[in-house]
Amino acid sequence: MTLMTGIGAAPAGSARPARKSGRRWLPYLLLLPGTLWLVVFFFGPMLTLGAASLWDPAGSLQTGYAQTLSFGNYVDAVRDAGPQLLRSFWYAAIATLIGVIIGYPLAYAIALKAGRWKYLLLVAVVAPMFTSFLVRTLAWKTILSDNGALVGLLRDIGILGADGRLLATPIAVVLGLTYNFLPFLVLPLYASLERLDRRLLEAAGDLYASPARSFVKITLPLSMPGLVAGTLLFFIPAVGDYINAELLGNPNTYMVGNVIDSAFLVRLDYPHGAALSFALMFLILIIVMVYLFRSGTDEVV
Amino acid sequence: MESTAGDLHIANVTKRFGIFTAVDDLTLTIPQGAFFALLGASGCGKTTTLRMVAGLEEPTAGQVRLGDRDITRLRPYQRPVNTVFQSYALFPHLDVFENVAFGLRRRKVRQVASQVERMLALVQLEGFTKRRPAELSGGQQQRVALARALINHPQVLLLDEPLGALDLKLRRQMQIELKRIQTEVGITFVHVTHDQEEAMTMADTVAVMNAGRIEQLGRPAEIYEYPATAFVANFLGQSNLLAGEAAGLSGGDVLVSAYEQRFAVPAVRARADQGPVFLGVRPEKLALVADGAAVPAGHQSVAGVVTDSSYVGVSTQYLVRTGWGTELAVFAPNSGTAAPLALGARVTAHWDPRHAFILRREPGEGDRTTPVLDEPDAVGAVS
Amino acid sequence: MNYRIGRWIADRWVMGVGLLVLAYLALPIIVVAGLSFNRPSNRLSYDFNEFTLDNWTNVCGPAGLCDAVLRSVQIGFLATVFATVLGTLMAFALARHKFFARPAVNVIIFLPMATPELVMGTSLLALFVTGSVALGFWTILIAHVMFCISFVVVTVKARLAGMDARLEEAAMDLYATPFQTFRRVTLPLALPGIVAAALLSFSLSFDDFIITNFNSGTTVTFPMYVWGANQRGVPPQVNVIGTAMFAIALLLVLATNVRRRRGARVA
Ligand SMILES: Nc1ncnc2c1ncn2[C@@H]1O[C@H](COP(=O)(O)OP(=O)(O)O)[C@@H](O)[C@H]1O
Ligand SMILES: [Mg+2]
Repeated sequence: MTLMTGIGAAPAGSARPARKSGRRWLPYLLLLPGTLWLVVFFFGPMLTLGAASLWDPAGSLQTGYAQTLSFGNYVDAVRDAGPQLLRSFWYAAIATLIGVIIGYPLAYAIALKAGRWKYLLLVAVVAPMFTSFLVRTLAWKTILSDNGALVGLLRDIGILGADGRLLATPIAVVLGLTYNFLPFLVLPLYASLERLDRRLLEAAGDLYASPARSFVKITLPLSMPGLVAGTLLFFIPAVGDYINAELLGNPNTYMVGNVIDSAFLVRLDYPHGAALSFALMFLILIIVMVYLFRSGTDEVV
Repeated sequence: MESTAGDLHIANVTKRFGIFTAVDDLTLTIPQGAFFALLGASGCGKTTTLRMVAGLEEPTAGQVRLGDRDITRLRPYQRPVNTVFQSYALFPHLDVFENVAFGLRRRKVRQVASQVERMLALVQLEGFTKRRPAELSGGQQQRVALARALINHPQVLLLDEPLGALDLKLRRQMQIELKRIQTEVGITFVHVTHDQEEAMTMADTVAVMNAGRIEQLGRPAEIYEYPATAFVANFLGQSNLLAGEAAGLSGGDVLVSAYEQRFAVPAVRARADQGPVFLGVRPEKLALVADGAAVPAGHQSVAGVVTDSSYVGVSTQYLVRTGWGTELAVFAPNSGTAAPLALGARVTAHWDPRHAFILRREPGEGDRTTPVLDEPDAVGAVS
Repeated sequence: MNYRIGRWIADRWVMGVGLLVLAYLALPIIVVAGLSFNRPSNRLSYDFNEFTLDNWTNVCGPAGLCDAVLRSVQIGFLATVFATVLGTLMAFALARHKFFARPAVNVIIFLPMATPELVMGTSLLALFVTGSVALGFWTILIAHVMFCISFVVVTVKARLAGMDARLEEAAMDLYATPFQTFRRVTLPLALPGIVAAALLSFSLSFDDFIITNFNSGTTVTFPMYVWGANQRGVPPQVNVIGTAMFAIALLLVLATNVRRRRGARVA
């Protein structure tokens, strides 16, 4: 999100932020309420969740839970939700890949080709976020409906069989994920492409690089921070999403979020739900770390 | 002669940032009503000095006084001092009128409108009241910044490289205009600049600053004709400084031996009469004659070979290599009386001893004949 | 000639692809707007049937819909106020002061933005259950303020970082006391950032489903209503709300942009 706001006006002039030292306590006073809120309602819950993941699975909300340090909860939870967990990462990865393939040209076009239409196109990119996540996901139900024009067309040209469908298939879920998180990928990518010094491309052309070569040797490496940030901002919420799986898929396309949701709200099995939640967070953390390490970028934060 | 109630005194002021000393034991008195220029290369501590006078920076040590009043610890808004900031710092969310009226409104002064109108007339910006700073050219922004400060009738107006962001032509025009305005309002102007020509054309008094210290202070002509240090000699214009040893007084002259030759300079133009010294002569004070030709009576001379000549219109600038290898700069006026000299020609460079001067020299320091480089760096432009 | 065509295509294919992707992004919005004028053939149908204005004239028809919207607006408003105030104070501290704990505070602010909503939602639920806090309006509000703060800090801080600190010095030089400097210079210049942060907060809060779902108890917000209705059949009025939201947000964004262009173009 750092990246989204990076789109605003560029910093002008040099700041001399150091203030008179007599008011050393002032920044702490300003920080106190907000930090307290985050500590109590972000870090506090994280600790509680960690504790809940080790509760005795035999307990219940009525009888209360005993803290038995049941690490077995993790084994059980991950085993039981194995397929959904794998599916979450798999769907999110495919969606991210598609997102990059279609998002890069879009970001590139806005940053380097749009001229005075730039602002309007940017608004168009974020426009889906102006309306409700659930409502726009439901709209895909209409678009992908068995009686809809799209399915009809695909059936006519033979891509889909005579009774083939899109709704309630993995395709619909991945398509929904791609659609819903694409702006998060495009905006940081746009921001880094926008900062790109156009003269570098001209210099490359001047030094006999073909456009394709200039792209691979200059544009792509220089947009790497935006690409890394964008894919993360896309991938992380996509793994945790279960709205698309619920609205556009079927029980065979359920993702880990559906399992966690039902553990907490239907089965009221807090220990396993908490363990699965925590496991999910660690898995994401590890993947993000490896990814950041492999892409050699530390400029995301 | 004049009232001294409004003189600005900077007394033994030092400013350190961590271990770095930006201003080093600076002492300076700026008389009321003066147009005072603080001249120095970028990074030498000019802005820091101004900020301490404005109250935006607190001195590590020393005192700032206005007349008898100690203002060292006063907050910026408590001082009768205003600043024209480097690159202006105009309020982007206010129009020209409100920018100029800002100080009056804070002090709850009445009849703002008429005063603003008058001030805008003074800087020739009538009719621009409703514009935002972003809709003004650089020169116009500069005038707004000036009006915004002047309207408060400060006792001292601080100008931090006010013309630095303007192109050369506009700069010359604004120099004249600033001078006119200063004469008209009679307020003390402290004008910071790294442009020696700007300092000399505008100011009654110039202080040359180097590495946090004042190297020399005086009227522009005084400083130019009789610089106090090697830095000044080559920062303000250019000088040929030959390393020599002074051997005391003889009559009204100081005797100097350098490179197996003996020279004499009037004692009034010598900063030292013993020990290691520089013998200095400005390039335009040197004249060239063909080797063996007569040198005017009373003149002193050095022989050499012409190694370079550039024609720059009003003069021709030669480099003459002496027997010991130093290249002297010689500016010969293109008055049409002398034929140009060919490269390789053997010549004698001579000068009137009354145009030479003697400066102190660190033992072991060699000849210095090139001007101090004065490129405003990118950081300096905003700091 | 062939060369010319090649060049023309080479120059424009990227924009062509970009526009296609934008069409993909716009398609559901058009469908939502269209469905808001649809009379569905039956309760569970999502297909176009026939044109009607009934949904617009009778928005509050479906039981509970308008209550849910109203509740979302209330929560969104309160969450925005709290998060904007807390976040703006933090942004000022971070942008304007150097102090020892700054890196730690930056991490505290960054983490909620990098954590999946699923994890934040379940962890808050664990906290509330452990503390025997009744789920409902207030727990939703607490959660929303929590995840909005970071976005406010980042947005306002970016604005402050882009602001020339010398403007405040200039104000002080022109006889403005610290308070007047804040009131006349700092605040007006930071305001676009604060407004943007508030708008962002409201839309994040109004639209949140996952975190709310875990912490709402029996309280129904607009997204919760839609989620629940999905099982029974979503009334077409939901699309009216979706279309209206879109129109309002679009107007706000365009309006602030026009203002920005007319206003401080430098800062
Ligand atoms: N706030 C500061 N912290 C650390 N160093 C500073 C600060 N302000 C100025 N300096 C240093 O002090 C020196 C003098 O700066 P300044 O007064 O701005 O020079 P100038 O003569 O170009 O106006 C420079 O080397 C600069 O880097
Ligand atoms: Mg300076």
